[in-house]
Amino acid sequence: MHGGVLAISDVASTTQQIIFWLLAVVSVTAALGMVLVPRAVYCAVLLAVVMLSLAVLYALQNAPFLAFVQVIVYTGAVLMLFLFVLMIVGIRAKDSLVETIKGQRVAAGLAAIGLLVLLSLTVGHAVLGTAPVAGPSFGANNVYAIAKLIFTTYVFPFEVTSALLITAALGAMVLAHRERLTPKLTQRDLSRLRVASGRPAPLAGPGTYARHNAVDMPALLPDGTPAESTVPAAIRGVPETPDQRRTLLGSSAVVRSAAMPGDSGTEAGQDGDA
Amino acid sequence: MSPGNFVALAVVLFVIGAVGVLVRRNAMVIFMCVELMLNAVNLAFVAFARMHGNLDGQVIAFFVMVVAAAEVVVGLAILMAIFRTRRSASVDDASLLKY
Repeated sequence: MHGGVLAISDVASTTQQIIFWLLAVVSVTAALGMVLVPRAVYCAVLLAVVMLSLAVLYALQNAPFLAFVQVIVYTGAVLMLFLFVLMIVGIRAKDSLVETIKGQRVAAGLAAIGLLVLLSLTVGHAVLGTAPVAGPSFGANNVYAIAKLIFTTYVFPFEVTSALLITAALGAMVLAHRERLTPKLTQRDLSRLRVASGRPAPLAGPGTYARHNAVDMPALLPDGTPAESTVPAAIRGVPETPDQRRTLLGSSAVVRSAAMPGDSGTEAGQDGDA
Repeated sequence: MSPGNFVALAVVLFVIGAVGVLVRRNAMVIFMCVELMLNAVNLAFVAFARMHGNLDGQVIAFFVMVVAAAEVVVGLAILMAIFRTRRSASVDDASLLKY
């Protein structure tokens, strides 16, 4: 009887150790890759790997609430936001590898080693001990216990959080807002521009008549040459400019000559919010 | 599993995030590295909560997550405002105040 219980807890702790070391290797590798990979999108994906493994590590420490919040808030919301902005900035945007400050990388490496030594010494000196047997507020009862804590001891910080969130939402709206300088093109204007452009039909979607219909595959023209303009600008790796939108709408020269009198022509087809 | 292992992993992740902030030029990537540092600290908080057997550490980690979400929203909005005017997300290009 006693031996059986011990064996079960042994198996559980071995499984925990295996999961921990696996996730430790995965997350540290992904974090290193995040620092080393030049392309920002790969960084975002690697960050998702780190965050998901951290969520599993939370679950491993009997914190199921935080594990779920980690997946929903970080992997779901924050990383989606990052990817949205990356799509606007241009998905193929690469970091330049030129050092602008001389010796910055060496200095950063030295600082990192110093920080690592400092933190390791601090953690090493602290008496961490072993984990106690999980109390009643860990595991299945965790959500209830956290709710009790948040709404009693931490109720004031929790309320202040709402002010912070409202301020953040307002700030984002103010910062991302752009004044409209030109009148908005109506559907009538757009169709007039399209007819005037000499190509009333829209461009083929990416991948039309090409080998496969992936979104980054340019459509083939009747003579077999690829039409690069059918691939969305963000995928092509260039930030989308009003000029490119106009190119997608029709030939730019024709559109410019046919632009509305009140329209400066440079902002045609540009939305108020991006 | 002793909490020391989790804290050690948190230390390593924190240092990697700090290196990323120091080395990278793209403002987006710098932001992601800051997020990595916040996550590492959260891991340490959760480990300490388990070590002491009370939930305060988990609640603080929860608040860190809330603040991080708000920070990302405002930060990315600033980044987009800069990108809209300067057509670049590199931190080296936002140097107008220097001259």
